[in-house]
Amino acid sequence: MDTELMLKVYPFFLQAAGLTIVLSVLTALLGLVCGALGAAARLSRFVILRFLGAAYVSVFRGTPALIQLFILYFGGPQIGIQLDAFQAGVIGLGVNAGAYMAETIRGAIIAVDRGQTEAARTLGLSRWQAMARVVLPQAARLMVRPLGVNLNMLIKATALVAAISVVELTYTAQRYIGSTYKPFEMFLLAGVLYMAIIYVTGRGVAWLDRRVRIH
Amino acid sequence: MAQNQPFVDIRHAQKSFGKVEVLKDISLTVERGQIVGIIGSSGSGKSTLLRAINDLDPLSGGEIWLDGVQVNKKLPHRQYEAHINALRQQVGMVFQHFNLFPHLSVRDNVTMAPMLLKNLSRAEANRLAEEQLDHVGMLERIEYYPSQLSGGQKQRVAIARALAMKPKLMLFDEATSALDPELVEEVNLVMKKLAEQHMTMIIVTHEMDFAASVCDRVLFMDKGVVVEEGPPQVIFKNPTQPRTREFLRKHIEGAS
Repeated sequence: MDTELMLKVYPFFLQAAGLTIVLSVLTALLGLVCGALGAAARLSRFVILRFLGAAYVSVFRGTPALIQLFILYFGGPQIGIQLDAFQAGVIGLGVNAGAYMAETIRGAIIAVDRGQTEAARTLGLSRWQAMARVVLPQAARLMVRPLGVNLNMLIKATALVAAISVVELTYTAQRYIGSTYKPFEMFLLAGVLYMAIIYVTGRGVAWLDRRVRIH
Repeated sequence: MAQNQPFVDIRHAQKSFGKVEVLKDISLTVERGQIVGIIGSSGSGKSTLLRAINDLDPLSGGEIWLDGVQVNKKLPHRQYEAHINALRQQVGMVFQHFNLFPHLSVRDNVTMAPMLLKNLSRAEANRLAEEQLDHVGMLERIEYYPSQLSGGQKQRVAIARALAMKPKLMLFDEATSALDPELVEEVNLVMKKLAEQHMTMIIVTHEMDFAASVCDRVLFMDKGVVVEEGPPQVIFKNPTQPRTREFLRKHIEGAS
């Protein structure tokens, strides 16, 4: 194993890891927005919104994220969508992650005991007030861990945007393999950095989960 | 609205879940200040009837009137929501499983609805909460969270939460059924205190002794109909219907 080479190139990998983190954060934020909207649609009392929410979830969970990215980035210009690779990466992955998060959020909302809504409605709270004051604060606590799982998947999925040449961690590894012919070292370096990002994120999620738990 | 209409007036209440008819043409009136107990085995429809009064389980047919206003009147969705939310503010409900809000302190459990719906200031709501919690003997636990309370304490807080909305009718849906036997009495005492203050109450219960001691009238329900109703001394001592007698025999044997 060429450790000397690894030590020489790792600053460039760190920089690339920075972009992976930026990608992850933006994707997660867009995913949360899409997920919240998707969950709200699926729980709506209007059948059309429920249908749209269900369609969103099944389309984006039912096809490979890579195909979704390719359609957006390579196919987009054909239907008038011009995005650079980074934009396409964030939007493609964010909308994809949103489909998973929608199910997580919906699951957490459904998991709050029905009696909670009944008690709130019985006091005279409206449907929305009961949701905002009673159900969501409890659901938010329930969704921390499963959203952490979504986040974990999402961080690893950012590797896919290497395929549309965004210079993040995986793409950087491939580029250095091109000049060094050392795939083992380069992919190992990338893997270690992914692991570090995932580990820190996981600890963060665990900390948040402990903090918000109802004792 | 007629001047002499009963305070609670249930007319030909009918309710089906799919093909199962759980309420069959029930009519019932309750006067202001009256305390009515509903007894019967599980599946008799007694909880469903109670939950129809504030529209938690809407009726399939019939009418429910409260203080001259029809609860289940036909309105477009938005108007109906506004109507029912306003009406529910006047009807307190206490559940078998308390349904306290676990993410809120005892104080906030009580103050939330008055602050949100009656625009009380924090200070006013606090005063109200302290008064209501004192009433049920829970003032000392005002900063606790529900998970730190016993079942009986939770139920007393739930009663205070309902009373903080100053309801004119209280519905109790098996308020003591989920409690350990030694905790039943503290909740019963609070309910008795309410009875002495002439709160109008409809109480679904499995506790015959309690029903006998506080209710002005007791209804025995079976299979979606009111089999027999009357003053507790008649229902419990001299029931006329064989089904009532059988239920009471089983229940009193089962309890002892």
